[in-house]
Amino acid sequence: MNQPAAEIVQFDNVGLRYGTGREVLADVSFTLYPGCFYFLTGASGAGKTSLLRMLYLAQRPSRGLIRMFGTDAILLPRERLPGFRRRIGVVFQDFRLVPHLSAWDNVALPLRVAGQAEKDIAKPVSDMLEWVGLGDRFDARPATLSGGEQQRVAIARAVIARPDILVADEPTGNVDPEMAIKLLRLFESLNRLGTTVVVATHDLHLIRKVPDSLIMRLDKGRLSDPTGALRYPPRRPSGPGAGVLDTADLA
Amino acid sequence: MRKLAADLPRRLRALGGEGDARLLPEARLSGPMPWVIAIMIALTVVAAASALALRHAAQAASADLEGGVTVQIVSAAPAERQRQAGAALAALRQAAGVASATAVPQDQLNALVEPWLGTRTGDDLDALPIPALIDVRLSGPADTARLDGLRRAVSPVAPAARIDAQSSWLAPVFRAISALQWAAGGLIALFAFATASAVLLAARNALGIHRETIEVVHMLGATDLQIARVFQRSMATDAALGGLVGLFAGVVTVLGLGHQFAALGSGMMAQGSLAWTDWTLLAGIPIAGVLLVMVTARLTVLAALRRML
Repeated sequence: MNQPAAEIVQFDNVGLRYGTGREVLADVSFTLYPGCFYFLTGASGAGKTSLLRMLYLAQRPSRGLIRMFGTDAILLPRERLPGFRRRIGVVFQDFRLVPHLSAWDNVALPLRVAGQAEKDIAKPVSDMLEWVGLGDRFDARPATLSGGEQQRVAIARAVIARPDILVADEPTGNVDPEMAIKLLRLFESLNRLGTTVVVATHDLHLIRKVPDSLIMRLDKGRLSDPTGALRYPPRRPSGPGAGVLDTADLA
Repeated sequence: MRKLAADLPRRLRALGGEGDARLLPEARLSGPMPWVIAIMIALTVVAAASALALRHAAQAASADLEGGVTVQIVSAAPAERQRQAGAALAALRQAAGVASATAVPQDQLNALVEPWLGTRTGDDLDALPIPALIDVRLSGPADTARLDGLRRAVSPVAPAARIDAQSSWLAPVFRAISALQWAAGGLIALFAFATASAVLLAARNALGIHRETIEVVHMLGATDLQIARVFQRSMATDAALGGLVGLFAGVVTVLGLGHQFAALGSGMMAQGSLAWTDWTLLAGIPIAGVLLVMVTARLTVLAALRRML
């Protein structure tokens, strides 16, 4: 089992409520380590998206502590937020592609935001779109793409800048099984290069395809730990399929 | 080969160094902004040109009248009037601080009263008690002390003499011009305020329309300044376009008004023409407008973005 390096994300007794409503997340504590592959599961409304929003710094918690990359993310000065966000790739559940930009420009966006020269952008963006099977749709606007194509563009945009953490909210919900596996392999490739991957999904078949993954489960806003993902050091399964629970365990 | 051809437009765009300019759809940010700015700039140009012309007219009249003094010999008896006028003229020419003293010829005096009294055949203007006038130019401004000095020099030899500074005749006109200049300045300030308000509303509207895109771009790591620059650039383009149109419209209006006033034939209006420095100042109004728009857009967008995480 690999001994993890220093944690990349740490949630400590984090709670979240919107307005004066009830807490949608309560006492959430976990640690993510570099190079690990995590699945976040749970029923609809369990709080997966809320948890991911805090993870990609789109939402501050109502209570608790969040540390990212060794820094208190809650007290992070506003001017340092962009630098942190550039280290996090996000695949939104609803894709959130920029409607007036082509598929190519959407994928190029993180690199442009990071200030990369246009001459350095062209090849990686084109290669990435080729890789997700959209080599013939460079100039297509999101409105003209199918759901699956939009999802692939969203994934390409999330991974193009080689983030330290990839956060994906139901990333394979709109693609066919073959493309889902292909995208999962892309996530795994990134993971092997050191990117920490967090994928929220209902798809147990998908989870089974990544035997080395760790699973966190949200149930009514509280986190459970079916594969020891929250332990320190996290238990990393050694054999294929060893870390994957039966469907009954996750039900 | 097919890929290269498909990729060519993008590569050409990349050569243009578009950078963060493409984060948001710039062309749709500001709507009617160019026209609003054009109207504001045109009105500002007309107001500023009016203020400058009035200032020139007032300055020229003031310079003409600054050292001018009018001496009237008010006597009903023509012989006595002429005697005192001669004596006063001699005394004035000897007085300290007098650059020149000239008796206004009788035919000029007749011409002055002609519009009111008429010149029918047989009229005897000499029978009218028209005061004799002496035009005096002082070497300095006609202040109270100098006027008192002149009175002391003239009254012993011409007791019917009345001495007045010429500028005092036009003091109400100068006060009116000054009020008009302040009014023009106030209008310019109001136009600037209205322009800034229009930009503020347009920026907020654009932020609202593109809120989702801005959130996504934020999540991808864009800084507030990067996003503000996009809005700032878009609105600066609108302002530059509107500013040029407004400047053209304003200049045409000013030239038209100048032509109309010149046709009045009034000496004061003729002195109110604009110098090349004034035209340069007017040409700078669109530039000031663009700067105002850029600063307003930037501050508005940054303030709004600070309310987003």
